[in-house]
Amino acid sequence: MAVVFERPHALIDVPTHYCPGCTHGIVHRILAEVIDEMGIEGDTIGVCPVGCSVMAYDYFNCDMIEAAHGRAPAVATGVKRTNPDKFVFTYQGDGDLAAIGTAETVHSATRGENIVVIFINNTIYGMTGGQMAPTTLPGQVTQTTPFGRSPQLAGYPVKVCEMLSQLTGTAYAERVAVDSVPHIKNAKKAIRKAFENQKAGKGFSIVEVLSTCPTNWGLTPLEAIKRLQDEMIPYYPLGVYKDVEEGVFPAEGGNE
Amino acid sequence: MKGNEALAEAAIRAGCKCFFGYPITPQTELAAYMAKRMHKAGGVFLQAESEIAAINMVLGAASTGVRAMTSSSSPGISLKSEGVSYIAGSDLPAVIINVERGGPGLGGIQPSQADYWQATKALGHGDFQLLVYAPASVQEMVDYVVKAFDRADKYRMPAMILADGLLGQMMEPVSFPEINPDAYDKSGWAANGHKNSRDHHIINSLYLKPDELENSIVERYKKYDIIKETETEAELYLTEDCDILLCAFGATARVVKSAVNTAREQGIKAGLFRPKTLWPFPVKEINEAAKNAKALLSVEMSMGQMVDDIKLAINCSKPVHFFGRTGGVIPTPTEVLEEIKKIGGTL
Repeated sequence: MAVVFERPHALIDVPTHYCPGCTHGIVHRILAEVIDEMGIEGDTIGVCPVGCSVMAYDYFNCDMIEAAHGRAPAVATGVKRTNPDKFVFTYQGDGDLAAIGTAETVHSATRGENIVVIFINNTIYGMTGGQMAPTTLPGQVTQTTPFGRSPQLAGYPVKVCEMLSQLTGTAYAERVAVDSVPHIKNAKKAIRKAFENQKAGKGFSIVEVLSTCPTNWGLTPLEAIKRLQDEMIPYYPLGVYKDVEEGVFPAEGGNE
Repeated sequence: MKGNEALAEAAIRAGCKCFFGYPITPQTELAAYMAKRMHKAGGVFLQAESEIAAINMVLGAASTGVRAMTSSSSPGISLKSEGVSYIAGSDLPAVIINVERGGPGLGGIQPSQADYWQATKALGHGDFQLLVYAPASVQEMVDYVVKAFDRADKYRMPAMILADGLLGQMMEPVSFPEINPDAYDKSGWAANGHKNSRDHHIINSLYLKPDELENSIVERYKKYDIIKETETEAELYLTEDCDILLCAFGATARVVKSAVNTAREQGIKAGLFRPKTLWPFPVKEINEAAKNAKALLSVEMSMGQMVDDIKLAINCSKPVHFFGRTGGVIPTPTEVLEEIKKIGGTL
């Protein structure tokens, strides 16, 4: 019998700890598909910091490094600078990338580190049980904004792709979502492009993925998808924020 | 050669392939030397955005099996403590240099030894230790950087050179030893791409099941037991017949040695115990040095952070006195001699 659909080799066949309806599974899968399709599993090193995806080292078949909260881009810098011929990606949540790890994120981008950052934006801290994230929307109820996020008290959300696209070292920044089949297909295309950029030595590439967290949003998986579409996409518009075709360094330069 | 530069040159010769750092006085020359030399040596120099990023870059490079190093001074080392804990918890080799200055807080920029507790007891959260070497000359800076890289690889753990601003700024002649940077096979654990020829490697310090975390720590402590047995080093100077045993490490030991010599000239039987490894603390060696002594005197550039280790090591069998200057003040041989006489009068 012909096999028409199977698990990507880069994804290990084990149950994950993710909640029902969580979109981490989709992002893991399309990332693993890209690694398979490019044939780079043996040359890829993933860095997963603290957050829901901290145990992703048990799910991806490539070499994996766990990092402290927010520090993945620094760890990835250490890996890539000493192993310029390898593919290095980080897989980070919103609290990790845009709060505690803001300095690491901004400076790895501004240095044009030739790495891929997969950024899961679900507007909440999932692992610790649903606290306000830097990307939590105004008015959104979380454990630490029980009356809804008030900009007066808790400030405004960080728009990561918009911010990083201002930096010269950022080669590519795209925001995608995983709420529908066309969007998932596009998300995979963006991840592929980010890895191709790394192959070509173009500089820092980030793919921000709008994702859901039904458990901590207190919604069913379907309601969660609807919230992503109705509330998140209008606030965080999808699209390519930066794409420097020729790369961020002069031809003779490069960070390697 | 200047102490800070000797540290850097020795590291490069020891096969250090990357240096990640952040500017801070008084270790500045080390990073500047690395910036000049590392590229020529085929390695990586990178000025990080923070001490925290620097230590995590070390973690990343070390994860792939590369010899990696960072250096800083006291306030910067505090910032690195998170990363050091992760490095220890992930069983990674790395070398960290602390050219100490006065604290707490921003403190001062003059020499100090007030990070003894931090280095030997608690450089980060959790149950772990790091190897701590305390050089007392520029030559020892070289020798112990080489040894730190070797032992870090051998035991897969972080190793620290605990120097101070005095040693960092001091100029002395040095010679560089023969070095074999590839003495240890890291292919069994390094996360440098599996090339489709082995299972994937995971560098990790997370164990959600208490039993598993406990087991990993107990295993690490078995390694520490071996280290305590085999890796202690100390200098014993005129200790055989001494009535009063002075205890000092690093630059302070040089001041103390001079006071011991003067005391001897004046007929006082003084001796010096100088630990070269602060963790593990040289327990056997201090007991040997103190066997005929009637009292001990710890001299430090701190408020007496080594005193407890001395008391524990000799099981409080003899009185342990303390004299120290802190905040960047360096004790003088005359001051130390006065203390020797004061205690000598009571023996």
